[in-house]
Formats: sequence, structure tokens, C-alpha cells
Amino acid sequence: MSRHLARALVLMVGVGVIAACSGGSSTSSNQPYSGVTVRVVTFTGPQIAEPLQRRAPDFEKATGAKVQIITVPFSDLYQKVLTDFATKTNSYDATVFDPQWMGDYVPPGYLEDLTDRVQKDSALQWNDIAPFFRDFSATFKGKVYTIPLDGDFQMVYYRKDLFQKDGIQPPATWDDYIAAAKHFQGKDLNGDGKNDYGSCLAMKRSAQSYWAWISIAAAYLQSQGTKQGAFFNTANMQPLTNNPAAAAALDVYKQLSKIGPPDQLNNDVGDSRGLFITGRCALSLDWGDIGTLAIDTTQSKVADKVGAIILPGSKKVLDRSTMQLADCNATLCPYAVNGVNHAPFAAFGGWSGAINKASAAKTKDAAFAFLSYMSQPAQSGEDVTIGKTGFNPYRTSHFTKQDAWTKAGMSAAAATDYLGAIQASLQSPNMVLDLRIPQTSFYQQTALDTALAQFLAGEISSSQCMTQITNQWNTKTDEVGRQSQLDAYKASLSITK
Amino acid sequence: MSIHVSPRALTAVASWWRPVAGRLDRVASGVFILPAVVVILAFSIFPLITSLYVSLSRLGFSQGGVELKFVGFDNYRKLLFGIDRPHFLGVAGPLTPLGIAALIAIYGLFAFLLYRYARGATRTVGGLVGRVVATAIAGALAWLIVNTILTSGRPGTLVVTIVYVGVDVAVQYLLGLGLALLVVQHLPGRRFFRVVFLLPMMITPVGVAYLFRMLADTSKGPLYPLWAHFGLTDVSWVTNPWGARLAVMIGDVWQWTPFIFIVLLAAIETLPHELTEAAVVDGATRWQVFWRITFPQILPATTTVVLIRIIEGFKIIDLPNVLTNGGPGTATESLTLHAYTIWRALDIGGSAAVAYMLLIVVTFVGIAYVNLFRNRATAVA
Repeated sequence: MSRHLARALVLMVGVGVIAACSGGSSTSSNQPYSGVTVRVVTFTGPQIAEPLQRRAPDFEKATGAKVQIITVPFSDLYQKVLTDFATKTNSYDATVFDPQWMGDYVPPGYLEDLTDRVQKDSALQWNDIAPFFRDFSATFKGKVYTIPLDGDFQMVYYRKDLFQKDGIQPPATWDDYIAAAKHFQGKDLNGDGKNDYGSCLAMKRSAQSYWAWISIAAAYLQSQGTKQGAFFNTANMQPLTNNPAAAAALDVYKQLSKIGPPDQLNNDVGDSRGLFITGRCALSLDWGDIGTLAIDTTQSKVADKVGAIILPGSKKVLDRSTMQLADCNATLCPYAVNGVNHAPFAAFGGWSGAINKASAAKTKDAAFAFLSYMSQPAQSGEDVTIGKTGFNPYRTSHFTKQDAWTKAGMSAAAATDYLGAIQASLQSPNMVLDLRIPQTSFYQQTALDTALAQFLAGEISSSQCMTQITNQWNTKTDEVGRQSQLDAYKASLSITK
Repeated sequence: MSIHVSPRALTAVASWWRPVAGRLDRVASGVFILPAVVVILAFSIFPLITSLYVSLSRLGFSQGGVELKFVGFDNYRKLLFGIDRPHFLGVAGPLTPLGIAALIAIYGLFAFLLYRYARGATRTVGGLVGRVVATAIAGALAWLIVNTILTSGRPGTLVVTIVYVGVDVAVQYLLGLGLALLVVQHLPGRRFFRVVFLLPMMITPVGVAYLFRMLADTSKGPLYPLWAHFGLTDVSWVTNPWGARLAVMIGDVWQWTPFIFIVLLAAIETLPHELTEAAVVDGATRWQVFWRITFPQILPATTTVVLIRIIEGFKIIDLPNVLTNGGPGTATESLTLHAYTIWRALDIGGSAAVAYMLLIVVTFVGIAYVNLFRNRATAVA
């Protein structure tokens, strides 16, 4: 080794030692995570990634930890994180993901058990989080694995001004929805001289579209309360996807595909939201996002013109004894309102943060602190009122502190309307829980999504679509194990609310 | 100190060393290429064999890792005969008169080619067997294409990919050749156009896909005034199966024509002028000069560039994925996108099976192309 090289090396080591010492000296009790880097993976925004990216610098300033937000497309998130953990690559310390996937992440032991941490963290105010989200989004087999950052229900939004002007009531059933959409289709709804659309839905394949079909089907499939389940027969794990109720939902879905923008089959939620808040649609079906995007006057043309209601229902439901559609009555639809069975759908469950068990102890602490920081009422109370965050209310305080909403630009009446629709869904005894069993991603994102896309495109008929979904689900159930899947499904329905 | 070695000892050493040296000489060539072989084994053959095993198994997650469960040919069975068959192979409809005519024409052509080879002077038993096998596979593919496209049925990802490759490569070749012939003319601004024609190839495929997604949007894209002028704003062509496939093909043609253009341009520019000049002096027309002189000389380059594009074309994924996510339905889904869709749900075995089917098809098409067309074209040239 040449003398110069040796000197250079000594110099580098010296500088390194000094840097390490100075780094150590700056670590104070104020900055407990100085020098720790937390890599958080979530889906390509702007929503969800935006609040994480916006608040990371504040957290860094307060704790000294460095937070890297890594984003991947929604359709890749499930496998990307799972393969990273399974192959022990461990390039992510935490993930903000779909709690429905816990069935694949928790049993192999990839996620850190957060039960003790959430109880000890007083700033997190764990009990302020609505019980449903604490149970569905955070808890798996009695243990807490995630911190909820978002609360998800699908609802229907309508243009209050247009409905009032034309004397039309907000839709109570899906038939009403179709009738109202047809009424407004082709009319100019925002005064720009262009023809607009009755209803705008996301129907693109490999996006977040299939939840909309479940939102429609829920009203026909489940009427006896949450534990009845809307996906499988709880006796034998046979899918509830090939019966007159599913056919009715497919029929509604197909009709809606034709009462909307010409590109509707190629629109994802970003497109349908954009169309609605620019005043081009009379109706839409979405999570809580439209409510908060509509008050963002930098992009919205419908501020204070939007009404939100619980998902429309149906007067006919599936009678599980005959597997035929039957008119609602007191025994068949015990929770019906004015003879209409509503089954609000907790689609997705809400983005939640989990921690990689294989990360270093200090990193896990920092990751937990960051997720807790994001969820604490001071931060989340503001984030849920901002449309671009993609975060919707999930804490009791989000619903009770109305001033946060009025401060964000929502009128008191609109806030009551919006929060009322979410609360009505949250408190419904007939709420439909989303699927949360092993391989949920295949059942919904692959099998259901593809079949629905093919049905909308006219590649397959309604009956072929139902047969295809049923066969694919049954094949997967048999591959994984029918009994174990049934146990997992029943366990997921026993969630307390 | 000096060492004395007797001549006898030297002879003994030499007689011992000679066979060793001979052997070393023989193995030296092997030793020298060993590093390359190891690299190829490690990075090419080993993954190929591993993925073959993966295609015969199912992935599961277990405590602290993953496990592969051997399931035999189950993944292939699902694709060819099971629940994924309509997705992979498509759905055949009842044959129409047009379909019957197409099949008769295709099978007639195959029979004629086989007959001609069997009666020809150059036939060999191996060649005949190879051609019979190739004809059988090509015949099956032709049956699949005709039955799913020229009927009320619908094509699966295999047929859609073959259509992409066939149409794209043919159009790209014709356009690329045309542009190359134009640019070698002494026209003003040809240097500028040479660069401009190359630009699409420089753009990342995902960028091209987003570009075409915007262009295809009739209600708010940059071409909106054009669509509005013709009253087409309420028409969406990417929600129609063939419209969406057309959009994918236009994007692919736009992106990859420059590749063929640049290769053919290089080939044309290196051609000797003497032959062309002699032909012109002899009174040959422009068409005759092209068809009899230029074209035969660029055939080797043509066949190579077409082979490269065929192999690349089979792997198309970015355009259909970004443009419509494979939709509407599964209309624009290519084989690679099909494998990717399955892989996304972590059915890695199923995904590997699709990838292997793609490998088989590409290998078959590649070998058939090389044997039946390229060798002959090169020999002619």
C-alpha cells in the first residue's frame, strides 16, 4: 500500500471518528432518534403519501430521526412489501398499507406487535380512535399490528344545488340513483356550455374500482347484520357471487357504466373525483375524499354544493334460505329504513401504518413514534379535513370537533351532512366488513377486478362473470385450504364495533 | 554452485512432461472459457431452471420466510384447460364463412409449402420432421387466431400478443424502410429529419404510454379541439376492445419504427453506388433498382432487425399497462402483462407458467423464422 493511500485512509478514519463523536454529542433527550433513518413505504400519491411527506420534516426536527417516504403504485404495494419482508430484504422499516392484507402479513410474523406500545403511548390517545377502526384496521387475532391513519366508508355524493333545483330527492335505492343519473346525463351542470354526466364512477381495471361494485352488491347481499357477511356463506365458504343478488348488482353496475363520461371504463378514482369537483357530474360514489376535496377552492367548483349520504340500498334482498331475491320484510330486513335495506360498506378499512418486525429496535421505536405522530389528534384532526391527504375521519374527536371542519372551509350544514353520512355508516348494525382473509388480494384485486372489467367491456355476460368469479374464488379457497379460510372469514366477521 | 543434469534425466523429464503438456494444451481452451460458462450458468441457465421449478410450484408464506410447494403441472393445466384458459387462449366462437375461408387459405398454403419441400431436391428427413412439427404448431396457432378473432369469440392474451407482434413489426418495417429510403435522398433538411425520426426511440416507453393516453382521451386531452370539431367528444376509443388495441399498436409503431429506420438507413448508406449506377445506365426504373438491387442487398440487415423486433415485440407490457391497465376487460392484455397481473397477487408459480408459455412461443417463432426465412434470405443475398 502506498504511503499516500495509507495517509488518506488514516485521515478518513479520523474524520469519521470526529464526525461520529460530534454526532453523538448532538444527541440530546430532545432528539431521541438522532441518526436513525426510518424508511416508510406507501402508495404513490398524491393522497396518503402527501401528509406523510409533508409532516416528516416536522417530525425529523422534533426527534432527530430521518424519515424516507418511498412510494409504489397501489397495484404493486401488496406484493412489493410482502416479498421484501418474506425474502428478508427488509428495505422498508414501516408500511402504510391496506389492513385487509394482514391475513398474509401477520401469520408469517412479518409485522411488529404494537399492543403494548399503543397502550403506553398517551399522546396517541388510542381510545379516541373509533372502536371499529381499532378492531378492523389495527387488530388481528387480539393483537394490535397497525396504527389507523384513515377511516374508510364508501358513500354517495350528489350535487345538492341541482337536486334541489329540479326537486329530486337524494337517492335512497340504487334504482333511484340510476333514475337521477339519467335525469342529469347530457345536461350542462357547471355552466361551461359542455354536456356533463349523470354519474361519475371509477371503473378502470387494476385500480380501486371493484370496491364500487361491492358497495352496490352489499345492499342486495347482506340484510341480517354485520355477522351475516357479504362475501361467503359462513357454513361452507361458498362464494356469494353467483345468485340473483349479485346479478342485480352487476345489472346496476352495467347501467351506471353507460350513464357517465365516455372514458368511464378507463377512469380511476383520481379521474372521477376530478370530474365531480369540477362540476361535471351530478352523482358519484366514493370514499370520504370528495367531501374534503370539494371544499378546496383552488380546484373545486362545487364548494358548498355537495351533499353526502349513506350508500343507497335495495327493497329486495337475497333470501339465504332460497338464494332468491325477495321483498324486504321485518324478518328479512330487520334493519331496513322505510322498507329499504342499507348495507354501508367499510371498503378497504382505511390506510394504516405497520412496522417491520425485522428492523432494528431503535428504528422500530422511531417508526412507531412517526406513525403515532401522524395519528395523534393534533395532526390527524387537521389532515382529515384536507382533501389531498386522502385521510378520512376515524377518531371520535374528528366527528365531535366541528370547528376544525368549518375552519377548513366547510359550512356548518355541509359538515353536519358529511360527518353524518360517515357516522350513519359507522353506526349501522348492517355494516358490511371488507374481506380480510389470507390471499384477499387475489380474491379482490385479481379475480373480482378482472371479471368486473371484462363484464363492463362486454367480454363476458353477467352469468359468465358470476361463474368466473365463483370458480376463481373456489379454486383459490381450495388451494389455501377451505377450512382455514372459513375460520379466517368467520374470525374477521366477529369484529366488535 | 552449478547443477549437473544428465541428458538421460532430461529425456526422462521430457517424456514425462510431454503428455502432461499435451493434456494441458487440450484443457486450456476449456479452462479459459470456464469463467464465461460459469457466468452464463449463474445468470442465465440457473434462473431458467429455477423459474421452471417455480412454474411447477405454489408459493406460500410461512413463519419467517417463504415455502414453495410442488404442484406438478397444475399451473399449466389451469392455463391450458382450467379456469385461466379463457384469459390465456381466449374463447372460440362458431366459425363464420370468413373464418372458414381464412383457415382453408392458411392450411392450403401450409400444405403447399410442405409438399414443395417434400418434392424438392434439398429435402432431408430431419428437415421434413421439423417442418411437419412447425406446421402443426403454426396450424394450431392459426386455428386459435381465426376462431377467436374472426368469430363472435374473443382473443386471449396469447392471440392479442401475436396480433401486436404481427401488425406492429409489419407496419414498423414498412414505415422504417420508407423513411430510410426518403432520408437517403438528397432532400433539404434530411439531417434534421434523421434526428427527429430517432426521437421516439429515445423516450422511455412509460412516457410514450402516458403520451398516448393523453392523446387518446377525447374529452379532455390535447386533441380535444380536433375531436370536438368532428363531434367525437362523447366517443371513447380506448373503451372499445379493438380501439384500445389500435391505440396500443399505434404507440408501439410510433416508438419502434425509428429502430428499424436507423438500422436500414445504415444498411442502405453502406451500399456500393456502382450497381445502382450501372442499373440506371441500363435503363432500370426506380422500382426495379429498389426491388432488384437495393432490397436484396439490405436483406441480411432486414432479417436481423425484424428478428430483434419480433422477439422484443412479444415482451410488450408498458403500453397496454399504462394506457388502460390491460383493459377494457382483458382486451389489450399481452402475455407479459398477464404474467405480471398474476404475479402481483403473488401467484408466482402461475406467473412463471405464463412466462414459460411465452418463452416457448417466442422460441418457436424465432426458430421458425430463422430456419424458414432468414437463412434463405441471407443465402440469396
